[in-house]
This record gives sequence, C-alpha cells and structure tokens, in this order.
Amino acid sequence: MPRARRRALGTPLLSSGLALTYLSVIVLIPLAALVAQGQKGGWHHFWQVAWNPESRAALKLTLGLALAVVGINAVTGTALAWTLVRDAFPGKRLVNALIDLPFALPTIVAGLTLLALYGPNSAVGIDAAYTRWGVLMALLFVTLPFVVRTVQPVLIELDLEMEEAAASLGAGRVTIFRRIVFPHLLPALLSGIALAFARAIGEFGAVILIAGNQPFKTEVASLYLFQHLNGGDTQGAAALAVLLLVISLAVLLGIGGLRRWATRHDR
Amino acid sequence: MTARRVVRYGSLAYLAVILVAPVALIFYRAFEHGFGTFWSAITTPFAVHALQLTVEVAVVAVPLNTVFGILCALAIVRHRVPGMGLVNAVVDLPMALSPVVVGLSLYLLYGTQGWFGPWLTSHGHRILFAYPGILLATVFVSLPFVVREVVPVLREIGTEQEEAAATLGAPAFTTFLRITLPAIRYAVAYGVVLTTARCLGEFGAVAIVSGGIEGRTQTLTQYVQASYENFQQTNAYAASVLLAGLAVLTLVAMTMFRPREDTRGNRSA
Repeated sequence: MPRARRRALGTPLLSSGLALTYLSVIVLIPLAALVAQGQKGGWHHFWQVAWNPESRAALKLTLGLALAVVGINAVTGTALAWTLVRDAFPGKRLVNALIDLPFALPTIVAGLTLLALYGPNSAVGIDAAYTRWGVLMALLFVTLPFVVRTVQPVLIELDLEMEEAAASLGAGRVTIFRRIVFPHLLPALLSGIALAFARAIGEFGAVILIAGNQPFKTEVASLYLFQHLNGGDTQGAAALAVLLLVISLAVLLGIGGLRRWATRHDR
Repeated sequence: MTARRVVRYGSLAYLAVILVAPVALIFYRAFEHGFGTFWSAITTPFAVHALQLTVEVAVVAVPLNTVFGILCALAIVRHRVPGMGLVNAVVDLPMALSPVVVGLSLYLLYGTQGWFGPWLTSHGHRILFAYPGILLATVFVSLPFVVREVVPVLREIGTEQEEAAATLGAPAFTTFLRITLPAIRYAVAYGVVLTTARCLGEFGAVAIVSGGIEGRTQTLTQYVQASYENFQQTNAYAASVLLAGLAVLTLVAMTMFRPREDTRGNRSA
C-alpha cells in the first residue's frame, strides 16, 4: 500500500516541516537576532545597558500599572461576565458584542478616543493626558475583554443546582460566591488575568498619544524602547526588549501550567 | 435583588466610561462639522495612500496566515512529529509579546548591522522602511489567530471520518478538502476575521520598521498618529472613524462566526 505509507510518513513530515519553517522565518529567527544583539557585548554589558535609572523607572511603572490593571479587571471582568450570563436586561446581546470591541479596534484609535473624551479638550472636564491615570485608562480599555471572555464560558457551564443546594442549607449570597462559584471560576479567572497582564506589559499603540514623551513620569517599557531606538540607542532598546521577551515567555509558561492544573481531573 | 442591580449597573457603568463613551465621542467629533469635512479629510492624498498600503499589506498577510495557520494546526493536532511541541508553544508567542519587541527584532535582523540586512541590501532588496518590512511585521503579529481557532475544532472532530475516507482510497489532499476543511470552516472564518482586524489595526511593530514616510510607507494607523501629533485633529478623527467602522464590521462578522456557547459546553463535557 504505497499510498497509505505516503499518508503516514510523507505528508505529515512535509506539512510539519513547512509549518516549522514558516514559524522560524517569521517568529524565531527575528527573536534570535534580538537576543543576539541584546547580549552582543556579553551579559555584564547587557545588565549595564538594561539596568539604568530610566529603564528601572519604566519597568517599575509598567509592572505597577499592569498589576493595577489586573486587579481592576479581576473585579470588573467577573462582574461583567456575571451580568452577561446570570442577568437579563434589554440590549444584552449588544453589550455582549461590544465586549470584543477592544480586540477589533486598532490600538492607536483606542488611545485617540480616550484622549477625545479625557484629554485636553475634554467634554466632561477631565484632562488625563500625559498622566499615569491616562495610561492606566488606556490599558484598561485594551485589556477589557480578556477576563470577561475567559470567565463567561465557565459561568455558563456552572450548574445552578449546587448554588441552590447551598442556599437551601442556609448559606448567604456572599458565602455561596466565595465557597462555590469563585473556586470554579478561579482557573479561568487566572488565565484571563495572565493574558491581560501580558497585554498591559507590552501595550504601545493605546498609550503613546496619552503618555507623551516623559521619561520617569509616564514612560512605560514599550515607550522607553521606542524612544531609545529613535534616539539611536539600539543597545539599550534591545536590552529592554530582551527583558520584555523574558516576561512574555514567563507569562505564557504560567498560562500553560494553569491549563494543565485546571484540567488535572480530566486526565 | 439589590445586589444583582449593583453588579449590573456597576459593570455596565464601567463599560460605558472606559469603552462606549469614548468611542461614541470619536464618531461625533468626526462628523460635527458635517459629512463634507469628514469626506475631504479621508480623501487627502496621504490618507488615500495610507489606506491603500494598509489594504495591500492585509491582502497578502491574511491569506498567508490562513494557509499556514491551517497547516500549523494540522501539524500540532494530527501529526505526532518531533518538534511540534515547540510549534505549539511558539504559535502563542506573538499574542503575549509587545509589538515594539516584534518591530525591534525585525529591525535588528534586517538592519544594516543585522544577520540578513547587509546581504539583502547588496542584492538590491530593501526590507526596512519599505513594503516587505511592513508585511513581515504584520504577518508576525497576526500569526496566531487562525491556528488558535482551528486547533480545538480539529481536536473535537476526531479522526474517524478522515480515516474512513483514507480506507476508501481517498488521497490525503482529497480527504482534507472533502472531510477536514468543511468541518473546520467556521473556525477558519472566525480566525480570518480576527487576523484581518489585527492586520488593519497593527501599529507598534509597523511603527518601528516602516519609518512612517508620508505617502510612501505610512499605514492608516500611523496616519492617525502623525495627524494627531501635527495638530490636524480633523484628519486624525476621520481616519479613526474609518478604522472604527472596519472594527464594527469585524464585530458583526465575529458574532456571525463565533463558536456557539452550547457547542463550547459540549466540547469540554
């Protein structure tokens, strides 16, 4: 059966090889070039370039903002998912579709829309341009769907019977949420949080207009990278980019581990 | 049911403040001086060229990532070949990576000091600050979407029908065309929608490799930024509304192709 043998050997190798080649050309080789350039002068030099007061301030601000974004999203994302699954009100389908808007809208447009409402010519008298509050708002805009979209399917599947049983045994609403609903949502919530965290660490388009060019004040890591590259400091930009790459890899590994932990009973 | 009200109005108010009000205002700002102003703002030569370039990049990047997305998904799910674990891990990377890191990687690879840059330049190929660079950056950032949508569906449909077709003598490609492709078509369509949206809207990675030369290497998102920073806010708002309109079309397509919740429930059950 020559044909059957070709199916078992030839085609998989060919398509897998093609897939691997494509990924290498598009993703892996450029990233390898980045790492190679980043540590060109050795790791000691790498740290000297990567670790200066301005980059430290940028990284500190980025991590702080990302943690704030994650905390706010955990609450509002769960509340939105809950409203969309358990509540009924007119226009629910429209609201459900709107949640995905930050995924569909170009990030630079997201930044511009926020500036139009909360910028220098604000219609509501709030000027958050060139402030950390403005940057935080931009990050909240682009990360809005992550927690909602990971928690929502779990809430849909969650059996109401357990909650009813708990209620009939005299548990209050807070107790039911804390002891029954929340433990079920936790894996999904954590993976949504991790995605939002990665996005907040690396976001560029939405923050560039709002943050302006202000080192030590509103300069997050992605802006530091962009400004230093434009200023001719390729080494400094590459060093910080390597640090960002490491953070992204760590978040991805974390999500993978979470998935394995969440499905540990299925295997 | 006061607690339910608090959650409902609290979460909807958050949505309004962060998302709905700003986006609504941009539409108002674009049209507040009439449709004529809006039209002349999006038909300036630079705006038209930026739109053209954006579309030219998307029409190459989307098919490329669709074909290779399906191929990658098949390789990850169906073919137990060594190295596929790596493919599975790498595919997610563009989603978790900052677009400026992507742009800088390409800049370093194809720049004058890079591994490929000197050779390509001496052979007359220009990558950076030209169409190929913009394309490479766009393909990089929009790579995962088709793969991510197709992989779970491939896992779910199993291999029984494919094996039956092979037993009856169908060549591998016929089996793919007649059995596998119809089964994954909605997932592919959903992935294509997401890929298109990302291609049209990409900013950070392109900002580094394109140079943003007006009328030459400036994409529509960069046109928005440049217009705003040059105090031509009418132009910035008009182009933004154009991009936001495309985003709304994307949303409509997403609602059409979205994997239905009930099938999602069955999948994990």
